[in-house]
Amino acid sequence: MSAALELDGVSVVLGGRTVVDGVVAAVARGEWLALIGPNGAGKTTLLRAIAGLVPYRGSIMLEGRPAAELGRTERSRLLAVVPQEPSTPSWMTVAEYVLLGRTPHLGPLGKEGARDREAAARALARLDLLGLRERRLGTLSGGEKQRAVVARALAQEARIVLLDEPTASLDIGHQQQALDLLDTLRAESGLTLVAAMHDLTLAAQYADRMLLLDRGRVAADGPPPAVLTERALARHYGAAIDVVPVDGRIAVVPRRERGRTGAGPVGPDPGRADA
Amino acid sequence: MDAAAVPVGEVRARGLSPLWACAAAAFLALALVVGILAGPIDLGLGRMLASAGARAHLPGVSSPLSPTEEAILWEIRVPRVVLAALVGGMLALAGATYQGVFRNPLADPYLLGVAAGAGLGATIAIAYLPAGLRGHRVLPAAAFAGGIVAVLLTYAVGRSARRERDAATLVLAGVTVAAFFTALQTFVQQQNADTLQQVYSWILGNIPSSGWSDVLLVLPYVVLATAVILALRRTVDVLNLGDDEARSLGVHVGGVRLALVVAATLGTAAVVAVSGLIGFVGIIVPHAIRLLAGTGYRALLPLSALAGAAFLVLADVIARTALAPAEIPLGVVTAFFGAPFFALVLRTMRTGGP
Repeated sequence: MSAALELDGVSVVLGGRTVVDGVVAAVARGEWLALIGPNGAGKTTLLRAIAGLVPYRGSIMLEGRPAAELGRTERSRLLAVVPQEPSTPSWMTVAEYVLLGRTPHLGPLGKEGARDREAAARALARLDLLGLRERRLGTLSGGEKQRAVVARALAQEARIVLLDEPTASLDIGHQQQALDLLDTLRAESGLTLVAAMHDLTLAAQYADRMLLLDRGRVAADGPPPAVLTERALARHYGAAIDVVPVDGRIAVVPRRERGRTGAGPVGPDPGRADA
Repeated sequence: MDAAAVPVGEVRARGLSPLWACAAAAFLALALVVGILAGPIDLGLGRMLASAGARAHLPGVSSPLSPTEEAILWEIRVPRVVLAALVGGMLALAGATYQGVFRNPLADPYLLGVAAGAGLGATIAIAYLPAGLRGHRVLPAAAFAGGIVAVLLTYAVGRSARRERDAATLVLAGVTVAAFFTALQTFVQQQNADTLQQVYSWILGNIPSSGWSDVLLVLPYVVLATAVILALRRTVDVLNLGDDEARSLGVHVGGVRLALVVAATLGTAAVVAVSGLIGFVGIIVPHAIRLLAGTGYRALLPLSALAGAAFLVLADVIARTALAPAEIPLGVVTAFFGAPFFALVLRTMRTGGP
């Protein structure tokens, strides 16, 4: 079985700076890969390269086919994106917004047919949004909005979903709900998830594998316990951290060190812009 | 959850609802009737209908109108009303399109410099061409050419931006080019003060009573622009998610935006060429529709075209009858009557569209 996503030597240069540098990685079908790394490590840029939103060097294969050879609509049928700060026009209803996920499946006249409405209805039902379908996005809470965004990605019926900080705007309860939901969707629909995540404790509980990026390069790749070591976190995040096992899970606990100022011993350049 | 249990029929986008479509069509029909009835000579609705029947070769119907009245009806009033409808519909549709494409509620059809360019073209034609050549063949051509040149320049300036080739850059380029062309226009106008009156009346806009020739002049552009914009109206909703998200949904953002802008610009340049610079319609009609119908672009665009057409036909009736036989500049009428109406809509409505 070929991998859902294969990256070979993927590099992205933005404004003369190499933001992603020779990333090699493969994601199996149905796998959840967490992209982790400090601010500016290139997580978002790598996701944008996979989505075809920035030019890159190297090769990206989606479901065994070179991404560069895929047409726009073909690519968006294979791959959906949940951005970090999605635009949710306040006048749009939830149903309209989710139906926009059908865009790559529509004919040249852009008419939504019964199949498109069924797909949108299924996505709304899966995210428990049927009751809210006539509500305008501007009237939703943060958690409801986030579910609408995921429902749109689901209605797109893509096999691979890229998520950029999917829980950044949610409180801890809604973070868990959102991640549980993504995990259920993955199990039921065989989705492949690639998610940039900041919360390492949560990432460790949901992801099958982690890819630690630092300055655009892969610093570590493997199951969460192998990647989340105190040494690696000190080195790449410049963070003083205890990695604590709790009932078979790992918790990442920051440790306050007296007299410590700014970055750790070998931490990355703190002045670097977030990429 | 299985799909059968889901009310699929109820999961739909608010498209063009029959209610709003009928309301807008009825508004336009009413405006057209009022527009044709209004005038210094009372022709009577029944006699006009009989005349129309005779023209349509209905058996047993002959026109009760005298030859002069026939000419007034079919060579002056009807074409003028049709022209007003085309101009108003195009300006409102172009305005709504620009607002959607640039995700800017303040965008109007003149955003990319069409008005300033057309104004310069018209001013040059009025100031430098011998009076005999100034007839209504050359002035629209000069205005049209000026408008197109200005927008091409805007596009070139926008494209030359090394960074951030996004919609906002194009809008900034439009502001720059418009300022430059307006400066040139003012200079030419000041140098030729004797033409001030004529230039000024062109700038304030009016619908000429020039028979069918102007209608035929703008019709191809208006039809083409309307067809392109309405065919892409769902994509305008997608563009409202921003460039990246539209791209990740498989939309060729640059191509679609270019097609929409070219269509709206060509249509605007064509109607501006025959009617001058009529303000207000392109920005206020789409906003009134938003506030009243509160839907996405796929309904907003066709509704704006219908309502814009009706609005300008009625405005033109006021322009030519209020101080008859003198005509009030149309741009004055659209703002004078449109602004209080819009203030009223703004006051009474709470929900909004895009």
